Amino acid sequence: MSVLFILVPVSLLLAGGAVAVFVWSAARGQFEDLDTPPLRMLHDDEGLPQTRCIGGVDDVPSDSTQIKHSPE
Amino acid sequence: MSSLAVKASEACTHCGLPVPEEWMREPSGPNFCCAGCRAVYQAIHANGLEHYYEIRDAGAPTVGLSEVDAYDELDDEKFLDLYCSPDPTGAVRTRFHVEGLHCPACVWLLERAARNLPGVRDVRVDFGRSRLRVIWRPDEIAISEVARRFARLGYPVRPYKSSEQAAQVNREDRRMLVRIGVSGAVAGNVCLLAIALYSGAFQGIARDHENLFRWASLILSIPAVWFGGGVFFRGAWRGLLARTLPMDLPISLGISVGFLGGAYHTVRGFGDIYFDSVTALIFLLLIGRFLQRRQYRRALEAVEVLASVTPRRAKRVEANGVRVVLVESLAVGDEVEVGAGDVIPADGELCSGESHIDLSLLTGEARPVRVAEGAELLAGSTNLSSRFRMSVRATGDDTRIGRLLHLAQDQVRSPVVQLADRLAGWFVAVVLFLGVVTFALWSRFDPSRALDHTLALLVVSCPCALGLATPLAVAAALGKAARRGILIRSADLLDRLLEPGVVWFDKTGTLTESGLVLHAWLGADSTRERLAAVERQSQHPIAGALCRGVEGRSCAESVIETPGRGIRGVVGGVEVAAGKAAFVEEATGSDLPREWSEHVQAFLARGWSPVVVAEDGVVVAVAALGSPLRAGARSVIRDLKSRGWEVGILSGDAQGVVTRLGEALGISPDRCLGDVTPEQKLVQVRSEIESRPVVMIGDGVNDAAALAAASVGIAVQGGAEASLLSADAYLVEADIHGVLEAMDGARRAHRVIRKNVLFSVAYNFVGASLAMAGVLGPLSAAVLMPISSLIVITHSFRAHTFDPERNIAASPEESPRSRLAVGSLS
Repeated sequence: MSVLFILVPVSLLLAGGAVAVFVWSAARGQFEDLDTPPLRMLHDDEGLPQTRCIGGVDDVPSDSTQIKHSPE
Repeated sequence: MSSLAVKASEACTHCGLPVPEEWMREPSGPNFCCAGCRAVYQAIHANGLEHYYEIRDAGAPTVGLSEVDAYDELDDEKFLDLYCSPDPTGAVRTRFHVEGLHCPACVWLLERAARNLPGVRDVRVDFGRSRLRVIWRPDEIAISEVARRFARLGYPVRPYKSSEQAAQVNREDRRMLVRIGVSGAVAGNVCLLAIALYSGAFQGIARDHENLFRWASLILSIPAVWFGGGVFFRGAWRGLLARTLPMDLPISLGISVGFLGGAYHTVRGFGDIYFDSVTALIFLLLIGRFLQRRQYRRALEAVEVLASVTPRRAKRVEANGVRVVLVESLAVGDEVEVGAGDVIPADGELCSGESHIDLSLLTGEARPVRVAEGAELLAGSTNLSSRFRMSVRATGDDTRIGRLLHLAQDQVRSPVVQLADRLAGWFVAVVLFLGVVTFALWSRFDPSRALDHTLALLVVSCPCALGLATPLAVAAALGKAARRGILIRSADLLDRLLEPGVVWFDKTGTLTESGLVLHAWLGADSTRERLAAVERQSQHPIAGALCRGVEGRSCAESVIETPGRGIRGVVGGVEVAAGKAAFVEEATGSDLPREWSEHVQAFLARGWSPVVVAEDGVVVAVAALGSPLRAGARSVIRDLKSRGWEVGILSGDAQGVVTRLGEALGISPDRCLGDVTPEQKLVQVRSEIESRPVVMIGDGVNDAAALAAASVGIAVQGGAEASLLSADAYLVEADIHGVLEAMDGARRAHRVIRKNVLFSVAYNFVGASLAMAGVLGPLSAAVLMPISSLIVITHSFRAHTFDPERNIAASPEESPRSRLAVGSLS
């Protein structure tokens, strides 16, 4: 029994993990805007709250409940 | 005797606007138009960032005060429904299009500027597409306040809605990206395993190791074929249902034959496996498709944003004053105030006041129309001179403009079969035929190798390069076109522009600018100054054209304007009367002298509006006003004709004006159609489209239906955003040279495609022959396949389809103005 029988499946599992991460990030729209994040990286942090939402500007949240109007 | 030279004023060092006289310092040093620009300039210098002025490509954005005040309508209750989508946290998301975004510092500034406002949860900028997303709470802050903050910084923002179509494209895009990722990972790993197998074939490999690698390749290939290759299987199936032989068919055939053959050999334990070729093929083809899609998507998005930007506003008259609301919340019966320069928000009837309106967008009529009480008003026209109130009769889709846009949406045209798809049909037939021949021949000579050789043939002639040939060339051409200011959003525009046919131009806004300018001035400069002093007191659009470019501080007294006829006043003791010939005749008490009336006739014959000027009862000057030709119109039409296109004008403007413009541009009179309604434009385009390609170029809503129905509709910048959505291409610059560039680009792109196709067919021919002869082994096929694709990829991206350096030099333009100055005036 060669070590290959363990290593090949292990390497395939690793590759599978990488693909899973890619699918996850692509589905969240992280590849939509490739221009701004490299610019944003250069900005100094000033202890401002971190952006919670990642993904494209055009993202539409999945649950499209009706918007509540503010009390007039 | 004429001097039309506008005195060149110094431009503001920061923003590029003219510097007012009282702000002028020394001509060489920095000069500013206002205190704001000077402050920004000083701030930039104080921080040692002067480099900004060297690297920027345009003047800094300027903020008008009106811009700052212009966001009241965003607080309308309807805004939430129309422009916001709910966020899971209970806040809402609104997207804005940002103007003036040009450097990383802008991103920094915008993202921080509004974050400390109460109620604003998050601000995020998409630099590449000039967009901004704000997450905010409607119960804590008014969005107009946020928008105003951006505008004050010099970044005017406009909310926009994205259509369901754009969201759909977006979702498909992500799915495509996932497919590429999966197929790429699979292809990489399978190729690694293949290297082990190939070296094992030369150097020897343990039997169980070889089996392990073969099985691993088989299992890895399954997701790539099933998930990544699904695109091609579905495409092939759809094509077969439509009774055509689509490009996807040979691809699917190659993939499935290669995969099934490989699987069969894996199970059997010997024979070649083709998994490396198959997965690399899927990966490369998907990338080609993705690049092409992305270019279309970019163009689609750019145009959509342009078209949906700006919620149009209306000033509704309510019990407690005038309130700014969204056009969408207007109802029939509302009373609306329309200020000078405003766009009329709904169809209706004028109820108090009078003004001039510009209908050119809707009808093509270039001259301002006078309206008084009771006049019918159409949404989309512009109020030119003074404020009035109107009562709303129809809104939204029920207005004339709404109906015209619906008419445009209903146009469908027959799809054009692309070159590669036409070839694909033949290709499939030939490959299948060769496969049968190979199998039959080898069965007779060596039955044990018949299946191997047939498989080798099918895999080597899998049209990888052929499949990449068109999408890549098209994607490269579209990307380059976009950089040249031509946004192409229709898949087959490039194919439709190849054969010459008919080009119809809209007149107002396309061949000519939509405003009025002074074409000719016969008279003394001093008269012109006095006339300008009088006209400065008038709101009439003609007055604006007469004042433009005239310096002078003299002031007119006792000005009396007779609407629709003329104006009179006293300047420095001289009594000036100007207007229509009849008005001046009345003012001077005598008929127009013959020499002047000849000039008036000459101007009328050119389609210009003459204005006669009298001083102290004597006629001293005649001015001619008209819409100026767009730069390059003449040379574009000449070039189009030399390429074999027939050129015509379809305009809603008066027949006489159109005929004379046609004469000036060298268009035959029977192709100069004036007084045409939008519906007639549509009929005209439809009547010819059966026999030859019809290109429609226009800018207004009145062209929208014709743009949509034509083989190729090209919208020109400066018109109504709404007409953009019905066009196949959009020229970002107000320069119809883009039409020629699009045609040249289409021809070059087509040449690239042809070369690509030719190469890949030649490759396939050689490969297939070798495979049939039994010469080509799996190793050489695996090497040949990516090389052929690489050649096609390089050729597509290096080809000069829409390159700036091959820009057609604009020939010196002989404008009617300069011609006249040389001819009749000297």
